[in-house]
Amino acid sequence: MQKPRIRWHIAVFLAPAVLIYTSVMIFPLFNTLRLALFQKVDQERVYVGLENFRTLFFDPTWSEQFWNALANNFWFFLIHMLVQNPIGIALAALLSHPRLRFAALYRSAIFIPTILSFVIVGFAWKLILSPIWGIAPSMLDAVGLKSLFAPWLGKEEYALTTLAMVSVWQFVGIPMMLIYAALLSIPEEMLEAGEIDGVTGIAAFWKIKLPLILPSIGIISILTFVANFNAFDLIYAAQGALAGPDFSTDILGTFMYRTFFGFQLQLGDPHMGSAIAGAMFAIILVGVCLYLFGIQSRMRRYQL
Amino acid sequence: MKSKFMLAALAGTALVATSALAEDVTLTVESWRNDDLTLWQDKIIPAFEAAHPGIKINFTPSAPTEYNAVLNSKLDAGSAGDLITCRPFDASLALYEADHLAALDDMDAMDNFSDVAKSAWQTDDGSASFCVPMASVIHGFIYNKEAFEELGLEIPTTEEEFFAALETIKEDGTYIPMAMGTNDQWEAATMGYNNIGPNYWNGEEGRKALIDGEQKLTDEQWVAPFETLAKWADYLGDGFEAQTYPDSQNLFTLGRAAIYPAGSWEISGFNAQADFEMGAFKAPVKAAGDSCYISDHTDIGIGMNASTEHPEAAKTFLTWVASPEFADIFGNALPGFFPLSNAPVDLEDPLAKEFVSWRDDCDSTIRSTYQILSRGTPNLENETWGASAAAIKGTKTPEALGEELQSGLESWYAPQQ
Repeated sequence: MQKPRIRWHIAVFLAPAVLIYTSVMIFPLFNTLRLALFQKVDQERVYVGLENFRTLFFDPTWSEQFWNALANNFWFFLIHMLVQNPIGIALAALLSHPRLRFAALYRSAIFIPTILSFVIVGFAWKLILSPIWGIAPSMLDAVGLKSLFAPWLGKEEYALTTLAMVSVWQFVGIPMMLIYAALLSIPEEMLEAGEIDGVTGIAAFWKIKLPLILPSIGIISILTFVANFNAFDLIYAAQGALAGPDFSTDILGTFMYRTFFGFQLQLGDPHMGSAIAGAMFAIILVGVCLYLFGIQSRMRRYQL
Repeated sequence: MKSKFMLAALAGTALVATSALAEDVTLTVESWRNDDLTLWQDKIIPAFEAAHPGIKINFTPSAPTEYNAVLNSKLDAGSAGDLITCRPFDASLALYEADHLAALDDMDAMDNFSDVAKSAWQTDDGSASFCVPMASVIHGFIYNKEAFEELGLEIPTTEEEFFAALETIKEDGTYIPMAMGTNDQWEAATMGYNNIGPNYWNGEEGRKALIDGEQKLTDEQWVAPFETLAKWADYLGDGFEAQTYPDSQNLFTLGRAAIYPAGSWEISGFNAQADFEMGAFKAPVKAAGDSCYISDHTDIGIGMNASTEHPEAAKTFLTWVASPEFADIFGNALPGFFPLSNAPVDLEDPLAKEFVSWRDDCDSTIRSTYQILSRGTPNLENETWGASAAAIKGTKTPEALGEELQSGLESWYAPQQ
């Protein structure tokens, strides 16, 4: 009997990815979680167990900010789910229409914002919506709707929704592309078979295409969830680390940044910051697990 | 063979380098003011080196946002420069407490500075000073002189005159009365609350009483500035809620607004941008004849690395920084950053002159939230930003804001409990 050979090439090929991923992702992640269990007392780092989490969830000054950020984050996510993904699906359905002209042009135009930097998007929209130099007030004025304009980014009640919409504008290309690819992979024969049975047009979309792209929609939802709960850049670029007005646009990312690195006179607190990062990690983990075990595994798949 | 030659060459250069060191002491300056690099290289360093042969200065600034982190790691590693530019208050105090900054009380030159000037770089009880004050910024209002002439307005000195002037500008309609927004929040606190506030809480008297726990943020003198700020809303431009700091600067320098609540650091920028004549007036007092207070906020200092190898040379440099000669160079090269030494400085910039002249009539104070009170969580300074913005927007009443700030401060600050 021949001794099984050690397959060195597997280890060699895996090594670069494993090493890099471990050193820049896994190690920092666990180190952050570890940091959350310490606190600095008199210039020295002491182990305090779950004390930081107790402060975060039960101390009124901290918990108020935390729940505010979490609630804002859910609202941010909800807007993406209700606006970004349906629009993305609708655009994909339109683009995959065989008789649509200039489809490639629309596809690129809608996708381009996705590749822009958050800083550019934040800055551009701040200018567009600026009550002083912005084109939004003058455009509304041109159609006689000036009264509808408000300094949205400066009002507590609108600022977060406005920023969520800007984010939707930027990222609507991603669900569109994924759904578009899924729609293209549906074989012609299946649609033709439907046509013979009298299922055409809109009905064909609802009855044939939608069930077939459901797994893609699931993936998009979970990507949106993870991206939204990790979001930070757009809020920071548009409203700064204080996430004004009056913390109405504060989400977990900006709350963590402010705590970890400090802000203006507030000195950074890496330990509390890590505790917030740990809470974010837990929320995302729970969300992803719910999806994977609750929804993904029960979803019906069709062999195409 | 070749490598041996290289070694010899290296040894040779090392020898030359050490012999040069034996003659000249080179001091390295850590700073976040990379904007000032040319000023140091062209003016400050040559002036110092001419007067002090044998000491060379090497100015090595880093980016402002990274400075604190970079400096801390350099100090911990023992590779930081001999001289350290000091941020005001807690950031530098932490360095002193960690034995990174040397105490400077034995330097005679420290007597050139007032107590307010030194307060930013002292221990809480004022027993030890660790940085030489370099410059402060003064708050007030900058106005468009042409607009004031056009509308026949005088410089307002009392609050009544101030609001009357705003009303006149508003009725005329050519100009936005005042350029400020609440989007970035800090202007509302820095150029609003802490600009007009010292006249209410009597400057240092109120600020110290707050630190000692004798006054509360719910007291009349701390709430009233919020009431006045609430009246500003009518005179700010359309959509001021979303107006950012650069928006306000541009509105004013483009000549579209008449008054700009300012800090003196704006002077050089405004001089370059605006093509109309500007003037400045200090925060108006409540009634004519009231004694006035100005926010003359300490901003930059310079101290000595406690583990420097050349303490004597470093002290020579610090003594020179405390001298009128340095004050003269610095104050004129950076109009709007005012030297803090007691010696009078001849400033050339007319606008800067106006700002600094208020020191003669009024008592100086610093921003109320900067010393000690912003050490805990919630952070009083950051809370004040939000509160001032809310006061202007009218989303909360001044009394409610006072209570909010007070309960936040009480939650961690013992003298207020």
